[in-house]
Amino acid sequence: MNEQQRNYVLHTVEERGVRLVRLWFTDVLGNLKSFAISPAELENALEDGMTFDGSSIDGFSRVQESDVLAIPDPNTFEVLPWGDTKAAEARVFCDIHNLDGTPFEGDPRQVLRRNLAAARAMGLTFFVAPDMEFFYFAPPVRGQLPEPLDEAGFFDLTASDVSGSLRKQTIRTLEAMGIPVEYSFHEDAPSQHEIDLRHNDVLSMADSIMTFRLVVKEVAASQGVYASFMPKPHEGVQGSGMHVHLSLFNGEDNAFYSADDDYNLSPIAKHFMAGLLRHAAEITAVTNQTVNSYKRLVPGFEAPVHISWARNNRSGLIRVPIPKKGNPLATRIEYRSPDPACNPYLAFSVLLAAGMRGVQEQYELPAEADANLFQMDDAQLAKLGIDQIPTSLGDALRVMEGSSLVAEALGEHIFEWFLRNKRNEWRAYKAHVSSFEHDRYLRSL
Amino acid sequence: MSAPAEMLAVFPDSPAPDLVRTLDLAGYRWKAVAGADDVARNEPAAGWAGAIVSTDTDGEGAWALCRALRKRDLPVAPLLLLVGGGQLAELALRDELFDDFCLTPFHPIELEARLRHLLWKGGGGVKPDVVEYSALALNVETYQASIEGRPLDLTYMEYELLKFLAQNPGKVFTRELLLSRVWGYEYYGGARTVDVHIRRLRAKLGEEHQNLIQTVRSVGYRFGQSRWG
Repeated sequence: MNEQQRNYVLHTVEERGVRLVRLWFTDVLGNLKSFAISPAELENALEDGMTFDGSSIDGFSRVQESDVLAIPDPNTFEVLPWGDTKAAEARVFCDIHNLDGTPFEGDPRQVLRRNLAAARAMGLTFFVAPDMEFFYFAPPVRGQLPEPLDEAGFFDLTASDVSGSLRKQTIRTLEAMGIPVEYSFHEDAPSQHEIDLRHNDVLSMADSIMTFRLVVKEVAASQGVYASFMPKPHEGVQGSGMHVHLSLFNGEDNAFYSADDDYNLSPIAKHFMAGLLRHAAEITAVTNQTVNSYKRLVPGFEAPVHISWARNNRSGLIRVPIPKKGNPLATRIEYRSPDPACNPYLAFSVLLAAGMRGVQEQYELPAEADANLFQMDDAQLAKLGIDQIPTSLGDALRVMEGSSLVAEALGEHIFEWFLRNKRNEWRAYKAHVSSFEHDRYLRSL
Repeated sequence: MSAPAEMLAVFPDSPAPDLVRTLDLAGYRWKAVAGADDVARNEPAAGWAGAIVSTDTDGEGAWALCRALRKRDLPVAPLLLLVGGGQLAELALRDELFDDFCLTPFHPIELEARLRHLLWKGGGGVKPDVVEYSALALNVETYQASIEGRPLDLTYMEYELLKFLAQNPGKVFTRELLLSRVWGYEYYGGARTVDVHIRRLRAKLGEEHQNLIQTVRSVGYRFGQSRWG
């Protein structure tokens, strides 16, 4: 299989006159990294990989040797739909290996592969579909607040708006790259947009999210606008989330579906949800990795705050959408806290690890929380046994630090590097004196 | 008559005694192989003269091997398939995977005659290099696809799926059949994988042409117009 795929890629490069092949991979914080090779190098790269110095990549550095090997995954080879058609460029995602051929512990894509292997060994395949939210802004001026492109709201159909045509062009580009879009619309806040990707297997989807973020930014830049996946760019309006719809298939059957259950949820689905809920606080630093992430997770903006689940209550962490016409294949759960600034490989890794732990240990699912939790006080919540999602990056890191589940899912290398890096971020933030403090205290104290 | 001196690949790696006897008596040189890796590893300098693949003991392995032999840069051909009467249905829609077949238990003289004829023809059936349907063209030789003359950039599996569909226009395929014929048995992941790839193909075909692949409700997919419609 692999040999045929390699041949296919080499043929395509030749026939399409590809002049440059970009090798893509992702650092631990979820930034897309790339280096380019000429087509003449590609055959060798597919066979033996390309060596590069990993020490300057965030999260790749190690004490002794720093050289690592990037081996392209021929499955992910795509000719890029932008740029010069006469001198086409292509991209291919890489897996990073140590020089001895073993998977490199600092590579998020390898971490996700490892976490998927556990489910795969049980004959299970995960499918995910993320709802990607983001903002368009006029080019930023340093020291000024970001300026939205429009004043429209949720589902608004705006006439001749710049952002609407940007979204259309973005979708066309995504589809040309084999990333199908299910829905797209204007979100709640001015200049905020949502594009929902159609479900795919987890590894392909993590690759697709990396491509997605680049495409959204590229298309915006081509129109003199910029796009941001910052979780909460504005105080007072909705932030940008990345709700993750998850389903689990056993061959042709949706392992989350059961005809006999009131909720149409199978025991596996319930254990999986219980796993997510029990370990939610531990994995939050990974699904919400910036200081700013926690300004989105506040009451009043449709972002989850409590560790709970419900069918149609959007204040909970997990929602169980009611499928159209009760279609068994569409039964899924929606995990609502992650934001689009996360590293998708690592976020999916910890989500799967938490859920699968619930399945293996047969955790019991707590009762549905269908009341509006935002209206309850702490005592009422405590009575229901409902905890809060960590309220700051500092909190989230503290919980993550004690989690053997996260350490196992990420591997020691990334686990420790991530904690170190993020603690520094939190420390820098804590030392920052903000305009909130000036406004409130400077004159009055 | 002097038998050809070239080497035949024989699957599975412990061939039935009557096959061994027939080949040896007819003076063929042959080597047993356990799968595609073996074929690559043990390939004679002059290349394989052909292959005999029996589906009797390991059907899935046999079909996987046939597919692998066809997809090599230099396909191993001709390929003679040995198949039991109960397995004849498995030949359907796999015409491209073998050059001739012989029912088991076979008559030694028939097997020898078919083999001789295949080797005489040399090279196996001629396949068209280009598959065309309406605005779509697929060059099987170069792996390239185009729509209205504009190149269509596909991943390997997208290309294989589109090729299979375009080679069988008007026919309805279930997801399971597409999975077994396009991905082969070595793949696993279920019928959802087919849906995902169909959706990606449609996205790449673009709005104007995505109707080339139609969903047949609660059955599967059809490429192009129904032959009855």
